[in-house]
Amino acid sequence: MKKLSQAGLMSIPVVIICLATLWFFPMWRIDMRAPQYPDGLSMQIWINDVKGDVPIINGLNHYIGMKTIHQEDFLEFVFMPVSIAFFMAAGILIMVLKKKILYYCWTGIFLVIALLSFGDFYRWEYNYGHQLDPNPPIKVPGMSYQPPLIGYKKLLNFEVLSQPDVAGWFYIASGLILVGITYYEWKKK
Amino acid sequence: MKRLSLMLGLAVATTAAMQSCKMKTAATAVQGDAASKTYVAPGKYDEIYNFVSGGFNGQVSVYGLPSGRLLKVIPVFAVNPENGYGYSEETKAMLNTTNGLIPWDDQHHLDLSQTNGEQDGRWLFANANNTPRVARIDLTTFKTMEILQIPNSAGNHSSPFITENTEYVVAGTRFSVPLGSEDVPISSFKDNFHSTASFISVDKNSGKMDLAFQIVLPGMNLDLSHAGKGPSHDWFFFSSYNTEQAYTLLEVNASQKDKDYIVAVNWKKAEEYAKAGKGKKVPATYAHNTYDEHKQTATSEIKNEVLLLDPKDCPDMVYMIPCPKSPHGCDIDPSGEYIVGSGKLAALIPVFSFSKMTKAIAGKQFEGDFKGIPIIKYEAALHGEVQKPGLGPLHTEFDGKGNAYTSMFLSSEVVKWSLKDLQVLDRVPTYYSVGHLMIPGGDTRKPGGKYLVAYNKITKDRFLPTGPELAQSAQLYDISGDKMQLILDFPTFGEPHYAQACQASLIKDKQVKYYDINKNGHDYVTMGEKKANVVRKGNRVDIYMTAIRSHLVPDNIEGVFVGDEVYFHVTNLEQDWDIPHGFAIKNNPNAELLIMPGETVTLKFSPDKQGIYPFYCTDFCSALHQEMSGYLRVSPKGANVPLKFGTGETVTSVAAK
Repeated sequence: MKKLSQAGLMSIPVVIICLATLWFFPMWRIDMRAPQYPDGLSMQIWINDVKGDVPIINGLNHYIGMKTIHQEDFLEFVFMPVSIAFFMAAGILIMVLKKKILYYCWTGIFLVIALLSFGDFYRWEYNYGHQLDPNPPIKVPGMSYQPPLIGYKKLLNFEVLSQPDVAGWFYIASGLILVGITYYEWKKK
Repeated sequence: MKRLSLMLGLAVATTAAMQSCKMKTAATAVQGDAASKTYVAPGKYDEIYNFVSGGFNGQVSVYGLPSGRLLKVIPVFAVNPENGYGYSEETKAMLNTTNGLIPWDDQHHLDLSQTNGEQDGRWLFANANNTPRVARIDLTTFKTMEILQIPNSAGNHSSPFITENTEYVVAGTRFSVPLGSEDVPISSFKDNFHSTASFISVDKNSGKMDLAFQIVLPGMNLDLSHAGKGPSHDWFFFSSYNTEQAYTLLEVNASQKDKDYIVAVNWKKAEEYAKAGKGKKVPATYAHNTYDEHKQTATSEIKNEVLLLDPKDCPDMVYMIPCPKSPHGCDIDPSGEYIVGSGKLAALIPVFSFSKMTKAIAGKQFEGDFKGIPIIKYEAALHGEVQKPGLGPLHTEFDGKGNAYTSMFLSSEVVKWSLKDLQVLDRVPTYYSVGHLMIPGGDTRKPGGKYLVAYNKITKDRFLPTGPELAQSAQLYDISGDKMQLILDFPTFGEPHYAQACQASLIKDKQVKYYDINKNGHDYVTMGEKKANVVRKGNRVDIYMTAIRSHLVPDNIEGVFVGDEVYFHVTNLEQDWDIPHGFAIKNNPNAELLIMPGETVTLKFSPDKQGIYPFYCTDFCSALHQEMSGYLRVSPKGANVPLKFGTGETVTSVAAK
């Protein structure tokens, strides 16, 4: 079995540190702005919580029959920290064993987690935006309220911007490092 | 024919000529870029908060400058059905006095709290002239937090002026009265009537007021006041009139003497005498009302004693400075050296020097005494006189650049003059009779030199007429240049007697946006809809109700009877800025409530007729605001209707027997 290069080895603690930011910073943010909310409304998604102007957003969503958002309704807030913690622990093991193949697997697992998370996020947004109360106070024919997965969208008179937050950018950076190092190690043999 | 056309031509020419030399009107007084100087574009804020006394409406109004836009009316000494102030169970105690709840007063002067002679944006003090009281308003919530009644006083006019570090707020008597509640003939004025200068201490941290001591002065009218600053820090100055001690037809009898006095009080000395036990504790009842932010409820305490200081027992505490012809304003310049006394019937403005005054005291340059109080020689204390300033000087404020601005009631103008050489520099007309004027921070060590507002006492043609009573007018002047320039008129409430203003940045960012519901310590709070309840004890029914967009819990209540005392304790569960809920119930001979987010407020209702009484939210709160309502069923006394309440379930009606 091929040994991991020095660069490969060094990348592991960097990735672990990048991922550790998930416990200290929000990973995603959805900002909303409308003329009647000049200061804007903002929701931050953390690895295990959702914060910001959630009660106000819930109040607004109530009119269009959207479900209210509550931390305890998300199994993701348990799965996410557990899986990322396992992933970080696996990194330490690879550092000890120093095997290339394990590093490739590690990258693979990361990509699977990332893809599943994005898929789940999309599903979550889709459900919230589409599964509306059949008897809402306000019904706009043909209207659904799915926020953008990433980027900008206009929903009624609200402008909505969805983008990574601090920990999200670190998460993306760790993905780039993993893929980059995998490519580097692959070429080296 | 030719002659006729010639005559016509002449007539036209004459008319044209007459038009061109038409007298100057109020409308032509504004020129140039006035509009751009006061225009505040949508989305932009004003630079300045202007707090204006409400006069006979008993409130304080808040305007933005330079736009002149009305921002808020703060209820202080008058009940306010708009939000239930004085009507809700929590605020009734604020208007309590030793004569019961007094729902009105005459609000004259205001003073913003200071630290080191500069505005600190913490509190605003307000006086009630009629039933002597002093209030403290919190500038994070714009709510009245405290009201203190003043005993041994009538016409609390020279109030609520403060010392440089807000150590004391004063309350000087306009009408002399006997101390205590003695029954004496009015004609015994000289022997039995007194004026008092009350010193109210203010707690440095909480702002809590306490009547520290009263200085007993001879019977006369104390008019206005201001504290010294810098070198004159230890002193307070009061203007007086009716030192003739007349008690009838004052119009004539109080204008006999050539000079009245400015009363100079060394409050530091007074404080020492008070601590040293030189005063006399005498019985006096007065109410002290405080609003507890945690309990969200006001309580009224009746106090029974006051400490009186008699100048006879306290040497070097009080001196008199002669001042021509019924002085009104008594204003201290930013350096603390000059004391400007405005003799409202005098044709000049005397300016006294603090250093000369102290020198005169040290050198005993006295010209006799007034009921035992030494009178300093006029010339010994005088810095100089402003000659021919105009007629009827009332009030003076300062711009921090060595200039003073005095309002002239009789000649209807604002006059700018130099403190150094006492020369008149500029004058502008006001339309019509001007009373108080105000420069933001104009009575502090650091005045703003940009704007001056003149508040009119009598106004006639500034706005669209509205029947016999016209809108009061305030006029904004740009004083940044050598020449004062009128740039705006705006209407005000009541007759504004005084105003204070500060930079918006001093208080804007301190605003409380909503009350944290978790810190709500109200005795009747409802923490969440599940806790909503209705409790009967004898004929008292307490309804624990919640309000959140867009429903009330409970919204169906049955089992209440004619003659019951029903208390609606409404808790606003919202935690968002500017989402108050209102509460009103049909036929309630009371008022409505406005409940701020996180707050609990109580409305009492005593139904005297059976029927269904709808109640609803009065403050538009959401698209479903109209739906935010409910019903109270009131049954005849003794009816067999069980107590029932709920929201979102149909209450099964129980037939009355």
